[in-house]
Amino acid sequence: MSTEGTKTATIAAPFVGGRPVNRAGESARLATLRASAAESWAARGFPSIHEEAYRFTNVAPIEKAGCRPAPGTTVPDADTLTRLSYDGCDRIVICDGRFEPSFSRLEGLPAGVLVSGLAEASASQAELVDRYLHRAEALADGPFAALNTAMFEDGAFVYVPRGVTLVRPLQVIVLSTAERVETSPPVAFPRLLLVVEENAEAKIIETYAAHDEGTYWTCAVTEIWAGDSARVEHYKIQREGFEAFHTATQTVRTGRRTAFSSHCVSLGAAIARHDVNATLDGEGGDAILNGLYMLSGAQLCDTHMQVEHRQPHCSSHELYKGVLEGKSRGVFSGKIHVHPGAQKTDAKQTNRNLLLSKDALANSQPQLEIYADDVKCTHGSTVGQLDADAVFYLRSRGIGVDAAKSLLTYAFASDVVERIGIDAVRHDMEAFLFSWLPMGDVVRDAV
Amino acid sequence: MLLEIKNLHAKVEGREILRGVDLQVNAGEVHAIMGPNGSGKSTLAQVLAGRDEYEVTEGQVLFNGQDLLEMAPEDRAREGVFLAFQYPVEIPGVSNTYFLKAALNATRKHRGQPELDAIQFLKLVREKVKLVGMDESLLQRPVNEGFSGGEKKRNEIFHMAVLEPVLGVLDETDSGLDIDALKIVADGVNTLRGKDRAFVVITHYQRLLNYIVPDFVHVLLDGKIVRSGGKELALELEQKGYSWLEQGVGASA
Repeated sequence: MSTEGTKTATIAAPFVGGRPVNRAGESARLATLRASAAESWAARGFPSIHEEAYRFTNVAPIEKAGCRPAPGTTVPDADTLTRLSYDGCDRIVICDGRFEPSFSRLEGLPAGVLVSGLAEASASQAELVDRYLHRAEALADGPFAALNTAMFEDGAFVYVPRGVTLVRPLQVIVLSTAERVETSPPVAFPRLLLVVEENAEAKIIETYAAHDEGTYWTCAVTEIWAGDSARVEHYKIQREGFEAFHTATQTVRTGRRTAFSSHCVSLGAAIARHDVNATLDGEGGDAILNGLYMLSGAQLCDTHMQVEHRQPHCSSHELYKGVLEGKSRGVFSGKIHVHPGAQKTDAKQTNRNLLLSKDALANSQPQLEIYADDVKCTHGSTVGQLDADAVFYLRSRGIGVDAAKSLLTYAFASDVVERIGIDAVRHDMEAFLFSWLPMGDVVRDAV
Repeated sequence: MLLEIKNLHAKVEGREILRGVDLQVNAGEVHAIMGPNGSGKSTLAQVLAGRDEYEVTEGQVLFNGQDLLEMAPEDRAREGVFLAFQYPVEIPGVSNTYFLKAALNATRKHRGQPELDAIQFLKLVREKVKLVGMDESLLQRPVNEGFSGGEKKRNEIFHMAVLEPVLGVLDETDSGLDIDALKIVADGVNTLRGKDRAFVVITHYQRLLNYIVPDFVHVLLDGKIVRSGGKELALELEQKGYSWLEQGVGASA
């Protein structure tokens, strides 16, 4: 309805630049969701540090930047894509929130698998998209998820039907440009919907990066549906530009005996906020959610994680590690929520932070909320410096002080990197570590 | 002279532990330093290796005529000082072999020798690991992580065998070892003995000295060397304990 569209656009106007929120051809349900999301954003606006979920993360710089939606007219740069593409993987590209079909590299997708832009799929596979899109409860909670819901125009839709194995990993490259919209920095709203049905298998990598340095904002939502007995490996590599803002909400819902794993490596952006929500919604499901953030300068990376154990006999394991240099700040807040009846839950959440400078800061808040009585749940967090005994031990064998520190930092971080199951991704992350560490070349020779 | 310690005073956390140690070690010699707990033995070892928690307040240490105390720990190691730790440190995530390769190549570079490639290094390692009777599987494991007490001590001697120092300081390498492990460790050390290399063997018990027979034995008490002698001094200490020397210290003070 055009009147409704005009109304919501007005409400969101201070931010969205007067764009209508409704899109032609979308379901009535989505139209309603968009409208209420736009209202919710308009009512709340940017979260302030007085809100518990943003206590340590001041997003005022994002608000101050006054971003406006990117027009989505920039053509992806072929060299940038080549640099970001992983060998042995299929690839699709989203640029400034818009799917770029001509840059896809899809080699022999199995029959029934759909990989396309979300806008296109919303038209051609309306019923299928509607069945899965915006079904995660967590999407209602976060302000940036609401903003994405109100604003997204396109993104990616990946559908692996029942019993099908996606042989090659699929890399979704989400590129942003820093090209100004008139005088304002751009913001893009990529939306990814990844559906892996019952007994199907897929490996999916999200890579976030920029064409060029400069201020821009990526406000993303990724929804993952992993059906009964599905096997899903998910990776997210966040390498936005160092002046960029990255706010992303990731939801996953697992079924019976689903094996799901996700690794998030957050390296770029001035401010990165990851909201990670996992709902174990079928008996015997298993979720692994690991992460690594390596920050320097004045970077801030915040991960807010919520794991919902709704069914019995599920396990979830989270290991998040942070390496903080300069004046950077790492925030980790994780909650394991065991619902009534979710007996035999096996959950473990660990957050470890390594401070490499005296000005770096880490906030860590793992929490448990348990409403079942036969469960095994643990959590732990540490914030510390390099072990002085270990540094001295290495030096006493002839290894220089900087090399010793780099070697120990590498060991700390590689604990997460080693768990990456796709060779090309793991090697890329190792290469990043070598380039990031002051004595990375010594470490490369040594490991 | 290889090592010359003159009137060495050192303190940790404000407390003076070494109170005027004098010791001279020539190449080819093995010196044992014995003493009761708290006498300063481990402090001496840590000061020689360059641990910065220990503050040297007085005295001098010359190594091959150079001021050892001026050197960073890694430079001491590269110049040929090796400390076998009483409590070897576990380092998760750093492979025993890879770490040792980095250490050896840093030392070789320092000495102007060509660095070893992976194949040359592996050959060397295989040879040395036999020397200490260490299980080869320990090479791939992270440094000391999950090693038994005995395995850790053997690993120290293995590191020493690979790095081929000029001066090996063994800090209570015998503690926590059963007799079989003790013999293996001692055999490893004895194999490394030679006219160009010296050892300072720090121990609480005489037992180790049955297997690593020293040229000289010194008794460290209350931060000072109060008695020096030949290997027979160790046997005397075994029989009499340290108390008769403690009384001596009290009388002379």
